Amino acid sequence: MLTKRIIACLDVRDGQVVKGVQFQELKHAGDPAELSRRYNVEGIDEVVILDITATLERRQALAKTIAAVAHEIFLPLTVGGGIRTEEDADAAVEAGADKVSLNTAALRNPGLITTLANRYGSQAVIVAIDAKRRDDTFAVYVRSGTSDAARDAVAWARQAEEYGAGEILLTSMDRDGTRAGFDCEMTAAVSDAVNIPVIASGGAGTFEHFADVFTDGHADAALAASIFHYAESSVSDLKHYLRDRGIPTRL
Amino acid sequence: MIALVDYGAGNLTSVRKAFTTLGAQYFTPTTPGECADVSALVVPGVGHFNATAAIDAPWRDAIASAVSRGTPLLGICVGMQWLFEGSDEAPGVPGLGALPGRIHRLEGNAVERLKVPHVGWNALDFEQPARILAGLTSGAQVYFTHSFAAPVTSDCAAATTHANTFASVVERDNIFGVQFHPEKSSDAGLRILRNFLDLVKGQASC
Repeated sequence: MLTKRIIACLDVRDGQVVKGVQFQELKHAGDPAELSRRYNVEGIDEVVILDITATLERRQALAKTIAAVAHEIFLPLTVGGGIRTEEDADAAVEAGADKVSLNTAALRNPGLITTLANRYGSQAVIVAIDAKRRDDTFAVYVRSGTSDAARDAVAWARQAEEYGAGEILLTSMDRDGTRAGFDCEMTAAVSDAVNIPVIASGGAGTFEHFADVFTDGHADAALAASIFHYAESSVSDLKHYLRDRGIPTRL
Repeated sequence: MIALVDYGAGNLTSVRKAFTTLGAQYFTPTTPGECADVSALVVPGVGHFNATAAIDAPWRDAIASAVSRGTPLLGICVGMQWLFEGSDEAPGVPGLGALPGRIHRLEGNAVERLKVPHVGWNALDFEQPARILAGLTSGAQVYFTHSFAAPVTSDCAAATTHANTFASVVERDNIFGVQFHPEKSSDAGLRILRNFLDLVKGQASC
């Protein structure tokens, strides 16, 4: 049986892992290669490196960081943040990424999703969607959450799939870093609208939150950062907790 | 020296990294003739079956000829699918035809929320003893990402279930294939690659 994936996210700035609350107030959280090594031992299923300042500062993903992490783990490795062109994606893949995550660039130029899917296969192309609740809808934001894209998250996820995306990484900006739980309603709305896997992100604070997003949120995978970085909770404990509640995980 | 066949289908970086870590000597042949004296052949692959069309007649002949002389061949993901006769994903593109059977599209299951593509970690259910699976136990978890898969035939060493059951590991004589990505499957994946390298070494010393 296909297991539910637990993904560790490393928000990287200047080669170091940082973490903020609702995309602000960044704090130091450690060395990317060191954290990846620990997560691998604990049984993490995937690692995502997001160069979180890349879009604003117009930098490409940090090849050095990618290579250092890729050296530590034999797990799927996704790189996102500032990937705007085929050349940016090539550089990330060349450095050791298995998948690239597109956000602002995919909305601006959806053809890039298709170009990269044709070149590397759909499985290598993730479309990341940052969304906030607005009345009964989910509004998409771009440029690291600073700019309203005037799009609906469910409709955009569906389109991204048509363009060739292999997975959707859906982040709730309302919940990001708050540890108040994933936005299960938003995750379910997107997951039910597409045939590709949806990775839920934003808000993980307790083990129960993960169980909720896999059951009520219909998520295929859940991504978290803070809960793992500060060694408060181990990935292994989380997976045992989920398995005890009938949610299949890799142990 | 192991030949890593690069037919332009995406990314060989992680396969190279895994072989380097395991201490294997490999190269990427640029002409079919370079496949003649290799210790083993590896056909990796990601993406669409259509990409295997780049393995044209001279390459196919060179690989088939090496395999007929007993050279071990490992196909990974689309590379495993290519070992069969062909795929519904690209009906006009022939496979190597070293194993009988055709590749079909996976069926999802909306009620159970089983999506296609099949992405993530799933179990290998052992069907029969296999050298490539030495040291692993049935139920071992490995990382998949694919929409098409091989049928369970007499060559199936391990099967995996996602709505339906498909062959996730095949082994026949010197021909081996894995539908998942051993290079991204942590310790279980590295063990499978090491098993293949051990088989290659054993073969060379005979």
